[in-house]
Amino acid sequence: MFSYFCLSVALVSESHKMQRTSIKITSDKLDLQACYNFVEDDSCGGISAFIGTVRNDTQGKEVTQLDFSTYKPMAIKEMQKIAELALSKFDIKKIAIHHAEGMLQIGAIPVIITASAKHRKAAFLACEFAIDTLKETVPIWKKEHFSDGEIWVNAHP
Amino acid sequence: MNIKTLFFGITTDYVGASELHIDVEENTSIKDFKSVLKQKFTQLENINTYAIAVNEEYATDGLILKIGDVVAVIPPVSGG
Repeated sequence: MFSYFCLSVALVSESHKMQRTSIKITSDKLDLQACYNFVEDDSCGGISAFIGTVRNDTQGKEVTQLDFSTYKPMAIKEMQKIAELALSKFDIKKIAIHHAEGMLQIGAIPVIITASAKHRKAAFLACEFAIDTLKETVPIWKKEHFSDGEIWVNAHP
Repeated sequence: MNIKTLFFGITTDYVGASELHIDVEENTSIKDFKSVLKQKFTQLENINTYAIAVNEEYATDGLILKIGDVVAVIPPVSGG
């Protein structure tokens, strides 16, 4: 009886602690499968993903690579706030927001956002909200490198 | 008091460092702190706007700095 009681308490506290957000900043290659796996849930009818990729030109000028720098502890806090806001604003089950730092080549992936929901609309909206807000509030900066120089993006909005 | 101040993005180029200690009076507000920065680093005028974070949270102009606070100068962000 006692062991049964312990087991049920353990199960309840496990489900209560279930992580609904996954936040990461890494200099490793971002893992789309991991972002998918994190949000996958049997109660959901769809998973939406936004994948940012490094474009080869900016306003007609050829970009060779992008260098991302972060204020990492604050950036993680701000990304966590966005994820929690998305959970409260939209009817989603889970959300992952992963961002890369360091030098990225053309075609590489600086950001992945995935969201799962019972119905697709909430997942689409959550991804759009998360990337739009990330671009406004999260302390991450990119420097574009060209063949003849470099420029901090958005420094003079 | 001495305030540890972190610089990011384009502001590291303007001040020539990513971390400095800046001496300010007691009861300095964020607004006052920005004036100090403007005097010390005239190149900061080259950007139209920047935010200040204190202890990893965005701060408003009225916040008063305390001993041990860590300030960050946050130029317009460009993640994603």
